[in-house]
Amino acid sequence: MKVLVGVKRVIDYNVNIRVKSDGSGVETENVRMSANPFDEIALEEAVRLKEAGICSELLAVTVGDEASQEVLRSALAMGADRAIRIDVTESPQPLNVAALLAAVAREEAVDLVLLGKQAIDDDANQAGQMTAALLGWPQGTFASELTIAEGRARVAREIDGGQQTVELDLPAVVTADLRLNEPRFVKLPAMMKAKKRPIEERTPEALGVDMRPRVERVKVSEPVPREAGVKVADVDELLDKLRNEAGVI
Amino acid sequence: MEREQIEMDVVIVGAGPAGLAAAIRLRQLAQDQGRDDLSVCVLEKGPEVGAHILSGAVIDPRSLDELIPDWRDLKAPLKTPAVDDHFLLLREHGSLRLPTPASLRNEGHYVGSLGNLCRWLGEQAEALGVDIYPGFAAAEVLYDEQGAVRGVATADTGLQPDGTPGPQHEPGVEIVAGRTLLAEGCRGSLSQQVIAAYELDQDADPQTYGIGIKEVWEVDESVHRPGTVVHTVGWPLDARTYGGGFLYHFDERRVSVGFVVGLDYANPNLSPYQEMQRFKTHPEIRRHLEGGRRLSYGARALVEGGVQSCPKLEFPGGMLVGDAAGLLNVARIKGTHTAMKSGMLAAEAVFEHWANASEPAAATGVDRALADSWVWSELRRARNIRPAFARWGLWGGLAYAAADTYLFGGRAPWTFSQHADHEQLQRQSEASPIEYPAPDGELTFPLLSSVHLSNTNHDEHQPCHLRLRDPDVPIQVNLAEFGAPETRYCPAGVYEIVDGDQGPRLQINAANCVHCKTCDIKDPTQNIQWQVPQGGEGPIYSGM
Amino acid sequence: MTNTILVVAETAGETLAASTLSTLTAARELDGPIDVLVAGARPAATAENLASMAGVRRVLVAEAPHLAGGLAEDLSGLVAGHVEHYSHVLAPATTFGKNLLPRVAALVDIQMVSDVTVIQDAETFVHPIYAGNANETLRVLEPHKLLTIRPTAFAKEVVGGGKAQLERIDVGETQAQSREVELQLDQSDRPQLESSGIVVSGGRAFGSLEKFRLLEELAADLNAAVGASRAAVDAGYAPNDCQVGQTGKVVAPELYIAVGISGAIQHLAGMTGSKVIVAINKDPDAPIFGVADYGLVGDLFEILPEFHEKIRQLRSEPKPELAEG
Repeated sequence: MKVLVGVKRVIDYNVNIRVKSDGSGVETENVRMSANPFDEIALEEAVRLKEAGICSELLAVTVGDEASQEVLRSALAMGADRAIRIDVTESPQPLNVAALLAAVAREEAVDLVLLGKQAIDDDANQAGQMTAALLGWPQGTFASELTIAEGRARVAREIDGGQQTVELDLPAVVTADLRLNEPRFVKLPAMMKAKKRPIEERTPEALGVDMRPRVERVKVSEPVPREAGVKVADVDELLDKLRNEAGVI
Repeated sequence: MEREQIEMDVVIVGAGPAGLAAAIRLRQLAQDQGRDDLSVCVLEKGPEVGAHILSGAVIDPRSLDELIPDWRDLKAPLKTPAVDDHFLLLREHGSLRLPTPASLRNEGHYVGSLGNLCRWLGEQAEALGVDIYPGFAAAEVLYDEQGAVRGVATADTGLQPDGTPGPQHEPGVEIVAGRTLLAEGCRGSLSQQVIAAYELDQDADPQTYGIGIKEVWEVDESVHRPGTVVHTVGWPLDARTYGGGFLYHFDERRVSVGFVVGLDYANPNLSPYQEMQRFKTHPEIRRHLEGGRRLSYGARALVEGGVQSCPKLEFPGGMLVGDAAGLLNVARIKGTHTAMKSGMLAAEAVFEHWANASEPAAATGVDRALADSWVWSELRRARNIRPAFARWGLWGGLAYAAADTYLFGGRAPWTFSQHADHEQLQRQSEASPIEYPAPDGELTFPLLSSVHLSNTNHDEHQPCHLRLRDPDVPIQVNLAEFGAPETRYCPAGVYEIVDGDQGPRLQINAANCVHCKTCDIKDPTQNIQWQVPQGGEGPIYSGM
Repeated sequence: MTNTILVVAETAGETLAASTLSTLTAARELDGPIDVLVAGARPAATAENLASMAGVRRVLVAEAPHLAGGLAEDLSGLVAGHVEHYSHVLAPATTFGKNLLPRVAALVDIQMVSDVTVIQDAETFVHPIYAGNANETLRVLEPHKLLTIRPTAFAKEVVGGGKAQLERIDVGETQAQSREVELQLDQSDRPQLESSGIVVSGGRAFGSLEKFRLLEELAADLNAAVGASRAAVDAGYAPNDCQVGQTGKVVAPELYIAVGISGAIQHLAGMTGSKVIVAINKDPDAPIFGVADYGLVGDLFEILPEFHEKIRQLRSEPKPELAEG
C-alpha cells in the first residue's frame, strides 16, 4: 500500500511568535522553522506502517518554497522513500493545499493520505477534510489510533468528551492528533544520507490547480492583554462578585 | 547498544564564527588545491545555526574580509556601519561622557546580529560542501589507544531521567575524524575536558569570565539612530565590580541593549539579571528604549582572561579555536574577528597537515601560527587592562587602561595575572544586601517573562544536564555560606531553593537553561557541571 | 443584501449540544433569518427545542439511521446541497463542526474560516492563529461564507421566543464509506480540563500532595476540573496531564480559579483566555494578580476552606436553570 504524508514547514513550536508592528503578519525572517508537529506524528505513523510491512512506499509531500526542502530532508531521514515539493511561494490557503495534495494522491495512486490534524501556524484544521472531499474518500480526523487491515482503516478519533472509533474503506484520509504516537528522533547517519537524496518537484500549474487566494488577510494583531481587575477583601466579597457581577457561580 | 560510526576528515564542534570560519577555510583550500575529497562536518547543539549565538555585536570585519572578501556582494547581514561612539560613565543620578578609549572606537566596524551572521556563514559553508548538522550535540570526546583524540560522539537521545534508555532511545553516533576542532565558544563542555586531559592550561593563568545579558528591542522611529554605539561603565555596579553596559542601534529599528558583569564579582547577593534590568532605567539608556517593545532576551558567558589565560590550542588529534580557547579581546569587547581568524589559522594548519598525509595526532604547529598572527599581537596589547580593573577597581582600572594604552601602547614590560572567578565570592554574612527594584512591566521585567523570550526548551524526560558532583553541597555549602548564589547569577531561573518537608532543597529547572555556562564557572566549589542535553534543545535566539 | 444564515446543529445524543447555542448567538449577530439543520437518527426532540429559539425561521430536519454517528461522509453532502441558499453557513468549532464543515466547503469549492471569535461584518471575521498568540482578521471573497464558530467566544444562552417551522429534508443515500463502530464517552463524573466550564488550579504553595487534595475536593463540589502549575507538577503534587500552561494544556473556561500560583508567564500562556479569573495568593505582587479579575490576597490554607464551605452552602440553595451541553 502506498502512503502519502503531508508535511508543512512552520515556525518552530518552541518559538514565541511576534506580530509585525505594521500588522501585516507574523515575523518569519531569521526565525527558526521546522516541521509542523502534527505532521511529524503523521509521518511517524506512516513509518510504523512501513516497518510493519503494511506500507510499501512512503511519499512525503510539502507545499512551499525552496526553504521547505528542509522538512522533506527530515522526512527522508525518518523513513520516507520519496519526497516531493510542490513549488509555491506565497503562503497557500487550505483549499489550495488540499487540491494540490489530492492531485498528487491521484497521480501517484496512493491508498492512504496521512496528515497532521492542523498546522500550528494558521490552526485551520481544514486540509485533511478538504483533501478527502476532493478525492471523494472517507476521512478519519483527530486520530489517536490507526490500524489497517483487510482494505480498511480503523481509526480511533479524539472527539469532544470521548472517543469515536470509525471504520473507513480505503483509500482514505487520516489526520493525526497528538496522542497517535511519539515521533522518533532523527538519527545523524540517516540525516547524512537524506542530504544526498533527490527531492522531486511539481508545480501547481502542472497539477492543474488554481492557486488564487479566496480569502484576504486584513491584518494580524496581538491579542489584547488582560487588564488587572480588582482585589477583594474577603471570601464573602469574592463570592458576591462571582455570583452577582460575573454570574459564573 | 553498539554505536554507529561515521568517518570524516575533520569534525568541528560548534557552528559559531570560529567553527564556521574554519569549515569555510578548509573547503576553500580543498577546492583551490584540487583536493575536493576533504570531508568536513560541523556539529551544532542548537536546533539551527545561530540559535545559540549571542553577542553584542559590533563586529570588526577584518577576518571576514580575509575569508570572504566579497561578503558585501554576497549579502552578508552586516548592514549598519558603526558611526557614532559614546563612552559614558553612569552615576546613579546623571552621567559623564568620557573620551572614547582607542580600543572602543568603531570606525569601519558594523553593528549587527552575530546570530544572523552565523546563519549566513553557515549558508556559505554549505555551498562550499561543508556538512552542517544542527540539532546534534557533541557530548563526548573519543580517545584512541595512544591517548589522542580520534573524534567525538553525539549525545544519546531518548534517555529517561535516571539515565536508562526509554522507548524512543537512540544511541549517539561516533564521528571518527582525523582532526577534531573544538569551537564550542566560551567554557565549552568538551573543551574543558580536553584542556584538563592534556593540561593545555598548565602555563596559563586561570581563565576569567563575564556574563553578558542581552535584549533586543524594536524602538520608535523617532529615536532610532542606526550605527550609534554606546558603552557604559559605573552605575549600577559598585566601583569594585567589573562590568558595563552596551547599547547598539542597528537595522530595522532594532536596538541591542546588554550588560556584562565580571564573574569575579564578590558579593553573593549580586544578580547580574537584576543589574541588567536596573541599567535600563538610567535616563541615558531609558531614552533609547521608551515606547519600544522588547523582542528577545538571552545570556551567555564570555571569556575575559586574554593572552595570559589562553590555553595551548593544540592537542593530539585536534585543537581549540575561538572563545573555547579564550581569544576574546576584552578591552575592545570583541571576539568575532579573533575567533574567525583562529578558525582560519587552524584550518590552514589542518589542511596542510592533512594534504601531506601527516600522522593525525602529530602537531600541526597551530600555536606558533597563532602567535605569529595579528590575533596574538592584538591580544597582547590588551592583556593588562582587565586585570587592572580586578586589582584597582573601576577608577584605578580606567586610569591604568588609559596609561597602558597611551603611554605604553600596550607594550608595558609587565603582565598582570588573572584569578579564578569561583574563588572570589564573599560569605553572605560579610556581604552587603542589595535591594533591587520591582519590575515595571514597561522597561524592566520579571525573570521568567524574560526567559520566555529566549524560546528555550528542554524535554523534561531526560537526565538533568546540570550535574551536581555532590548533591549535599548546594544546601550545606552554597546556601549556608553564600546564600545560594546560583539562584541569583543564573539568568534563566534554573536554580531555586524550595522548602520541602525535609528542609530546604535545591530545585533545578533544567528546562529553563539558556546554555550560558555561568553555573559551571561561578559555583563556589565548582560543584555544578554543565553538560550538553540531547541535541536541538536550549534557547532559540533569532537576531541575537 | 440581506443575510440568510444556515446553522448546522451539533447534538449530544438526542439533546442539543451547548456549542450550538453559541453558534446561534453568532448567527444572530449576522442579522438575518436563521435556518438550523439538525441531523441524526432521532432528531425530533432537538428539532423542537431549536424551533423555540429566537431568530430561527426554519428547522431543517434530516432523519435517518445512518446519520446517527454524525459522520462527515454522509452529512457533508447533505449540507453542501443547501449552501447555495444561504449567505452564511455556520457550525460550531468543535470536533463535530471541524470534522464536517471543511469537507462541505471543499465540496462546494469554497475557502472557509475556522474558529471565528469575532464577526466584524458580513464578510470580515477574526479568528485566533498560532494557538491564540495572534488574531487574524480575514475578509472572505467567496459568494457564501462558511465559518466554524469558537463556542467560548459567543454566549451559550438559550434565547427563547422563537416559533420556527419544522421541515423534513431529503437525506439521500449513505455513502457507506465509513461506519461508526464504537463510541466511548468519558465516564468520569469530573469534566475534562480542556472543556470544563470551571477550572481550579493549584501551585507549589500547597506544599504537599496531601494538601493539594483540598483543591480536588473543592473541584468536586464545583464540578470543576483540576489544573496545576508546572511547579506543582514538578513537585509531584499533581499529575502531568493537569499541567496548565505553555508546555501543558491551554484552557479557556468560564471561571478559572488560581490558588497559590504566582503566575509565571508560561502558566499565563495557558489560561489567560479564561472568561473570569480569580487569583488567591499570599504575595500581593504576584504576577497572577495582573491578569485576575478578582484577586484575594492571603493564606490559601485559611481562604480555601472558607471558600469551599461557602460554595457548599450556595450549591445547596436552588439556582436558576443553566443550559448544559
